[in-house]
Order: sequence, then C-alpha cells, then structure tokens
Amino acid sequence: MHLSRTHWVVIKISIFLLSLTPFLLLVNDTLRDQLGANPVETLHFTLGDWALRFLCITLALTPLRKLLQQSWPIRFRRMMGLFAYFYASLHFLVYILLDLSLSWTHFIDEVPQSPYILVGLLTFLLLTPLALSSSKTIQKRLGKHWLQLHKLVYIAGISAITHYLWLVKSDISEPLFYSAVMSILLGTRLILYFKKTT
Amino acid sequence: MLIKEKSTILSSEITDKAIFLNRRKIIKAAAGLSITSLLPNTATAEKAKKYAQVPSGPYSANLQVTSIEDATNYTNYYEFSTNKKDSTILARPLKTSPWTITIEGEAEKTGEFNLEDILKNNPLEERIYRFRCVEAWSMVVPWIGFPLGAMLQQFKPTAKAKFAEFTTLYNPEVMIGQRGKSLDWPYVEALRIDEAMHPLAFIATGMYDEDLPKQNGAPLRLVVPWKYGFKSIKAIVKIRFSETMPATAWNKMAAGEYGFYANVNPHVPHPRWSQSRERILGASIFTPKRKTELFNGYGEQVASLYTGMDLKKHF
Repeated sequence: MHLSRTHWVVIKISIFLLSLTPFLLLVNDTLRDQLGANPVETLHFTLGDWALRFLCITLALTPLRKLLQQSWPIRFRRMMGLFAYFYASLHFLVYILLDLSLSWTHFIDEVPQSPYILVGLLTFLLLTPLALSSSKTIQKRLGKHWLQLHKLVYIAGISAITHYLWLVKSDISEPLFYSAVMSILLGTRLILYFKKTT
Repeated sequence: MLIKEKSTILSSEITDKAIFLNRRKIIKAAAGLSITSLLPNTATAEKAKKYAQVPSGPYSANLQVTSIEDATNYTNYYEFSTNKKDSTILARPLKTSPWTITIEGEAEKTGEFNLEDILKNNPLEERIYRFRCVEAWSMVVPWIGFPLGAMLQQFKPTAKAKFAEFTTLYNPEVMIGQRGKSLDWPYVEALRIDEAMHPLAFIATGMYDEDLPKQNGAPLRLVVPWKYGFKSIKAIVKIRFSETMPATAWNKMAAGEYGFYANVNPHVPHPRWSQSRERILGASIFTPKRKTELFNGYGEQVASLYTGMDLKKHF
C-alpha cells in the first residue's frame, strides 16, 4: 500500500483510540454506578476479556501478514501487544486492590487455594518482560534474543486460556471459543515451523 | 417515607425501603439520566405493597437489606441463562399460575396439589436472611413465605422419609437454558429430613413485600440460609420423600466441588476458590469483602444438626 507518513499517523491514532474505548466505557460506567450488583466482578471480568481479545489480535497479525503477503499488519503488533498488557495490568490491579484489598494475609489465604488465579498470575508475569522490552531501542539492543524472548507470548496465550477455562463453573462455551481461536493462531505457527524444518 | 414496623426488627437497623428501592434512581437522576420505568417511583413505593402487612417471623435478622434492583438482576438461574442479568428478561414468559406441586414417596398424603391450596394452609411471614452463594458473594433479602417444615408435615411423611427431594419445572420451550447441557436437567436439590424440618428452612413465595419475581424462582422456591445458594432450588414442581440420599444437580455435575450438604463454611475452600470472604452485592467498589461466617452466621440455630460430623469430609 502506498500511504504517506501522515496517513499512517492518522490510522494509528484512530486504532489507538478505538482500543482505548473499552477502558473509557468502563470508567464511565464506574462513575455512573452502572456496573450492576457486583461492580468489582464486572470490572474484573470485562478487563480480563479485553486482555484476552487483544492477546488474540496481537497473535493474529503475523499469520495475517503471511496470508496477505503484506507487511502492514506488523506495524500494529506492538500497539496491540501493549494494549493486551494494559488490560491485563488493570485486570490484575483490580484483583489486588479491590478483591484482596492489598492485603498480604488475604493473598496467602486465598491465592494458593485457587489454581486458576495462579495460572492468571503466571500469564501476567510472562507478559511483563515482553511489554518492558517492546521499545525499538531495546529490540535493537537484544538483537536475535528479542525474538527468542518474545516466543514467551505463545506460553502466555496457552496459560491465559487455561486461566479462563479453569474458572468457569459449567458453561464453558466462551472459553472454548477463545481456545479455538488460540489453537488456530498457535497451530499456524506450528505448521509453518514443521514446514521449515522438514 | 415508609417506616416498617414489624415486631422483631429494629427498623433503624434496616435500610429504609424507599431508600433501597430508589438508590440507583437517585444516582441516575444526579447523573442527569432519565429515570428508568422499571423502578417504582417513591409514590408507588409508599402505596400499600401486596404483603406490607405480613408479620415478621422468628429468626428474621437485623441486617442491611440489599437493594431490590441488585437482588432481582443478579440471579443464577441456569434454566434460562448462565448470565445473571439475562435471566431477568428471559424468565418473563414463564407461566407461574396455575401451578401444581406433586408430592411423592414416603408420605401418607401424596398426589398433585394446587399451590393455592398449599398457600391457604400456610400463613405468610417475612424472614430477612443473608443469602450466600458458592461463588463468594452474598445479599440480604426480605423473603415472604412460610416455614418448609410446617408445609412438609401437612403431607404426613412416614418414618421412612429420611430425605426430602425437590425438583424444578422442566420446560425447555420456555426455559431455554434447558435446551443446552449446562446441567443435567431437571434441577434437583435435597435436604436431610431434619434439615428440612428445621425452623430456619423456608419456602419463599415473595420478596420485598411483593410476589416472587420470575427470575428469583416464582412461584415458590426454597430458602436454606445456612447453605450455599444452589441448595435453594427455584420454581418447585415436585417434592419426593425418600429413604436414600437423592442425587442432586450440582453434586452430579462435580461431586468434588459441590457437596450434598453445601453448608456455608469459610474453612472448607471450594477446590478452585477460597470461601473465606464474600462480596456484598450492591457495595461500592472500595468496600472490602466481608468475612464469611460458619453456617452463614446461623450456627447457633443449626450447628447441632451436624454434631459428630466431619464438616470437611461432608462438605
């Protein structure tokens, strides 16, 4: 595509604002007391949903580039990845601040008993170095190690799905939907990997 | 404003009814939004509600009542939806009158009974109970109804009746959640007979001085305040007295997670989450969770039912 620099800036700003919209809507609902009977749960679940959606979008960009044989999807990969981390951080913060009320005692009492929370924490920990090493300067400095490090996102994708599947009581249709999406996204990479090696 | 004057409750301890009916509306009005037509306005709240004169029964607690909007829009009613808000709308087509209840099993009087006839024999009272869900949230509801034990006695259970089993309506045409397999339908719950006869065990036909809303289990549901909410089965069409322990819905689904007894117990975590604290419905986002009490705070009344039992084993 032949777009000028200005065009790209406008497109990027639009995508940025669009990606921020779920957050702005939540802030609006919080201020207007529109989060329902269990506002902390609504915040927590909505943020978790968006973290997972942005993680899927991020992972979809490389296969999209190959499918379209165009490089533009990669221009958005960092932004989408950082939005995944943004929503994951808020999801984590809501849990620590509003659920555990910042209490270490509650953390020790409740977290080790909940395997799905441990898996959620693991996902967040895996995403942290990726977010921290996302700038171009660090990317250049790390060289080929950058790519190796960022393969952690595959494990994060699997653990995010596990976290979701594990917490649901009986109706697993939504986590199954995301499992299917994640399987396709990671599956394409596996296929390409084997094609390359054989 | 309407001040409730019922014998055993200090009205000062309970949120004034006009306030709990209108909390959201006041906030919405302050936010400059239009008032929703779903909520009664102050004038109708002050008009005589259907059961405003129903006396308060024993065991009604001095607790801050949850707003009616929260209690009626956050229901686990998988017969309609696994979404707690959607069941409010999806339950609307359910026909709750006429309604019959089949009595089966180890009792002298069995057969089909009209709900009207059962209501004639069971005078209504109000019970304000805390309701604790296994999902670690709780609310306080002013139920209208009658003691379960008194009703069961009218069917003269025999000495062989060791358990009372309850079944929810099965009607996938209206209860669209039953078309899927989120649970093994119909929903079945049960109590040991001494639990069922305990004066705290209650059949609710109303709440907040009105008939039970459909999403909350109309026309009649069980309320067992010392047990997790899933024991409090909705829209009951059948009661069977049995000698052996019945298989119950959630227990069949995951026996390691949902025990037959399901007594509220902060010391027995659910395998996937802690039960030590609970979110109070309607509380602001900065209100910390409250500590869960053994038997949901009704230990003084019900602990003797379980003397000698290992509650960690029989959870």
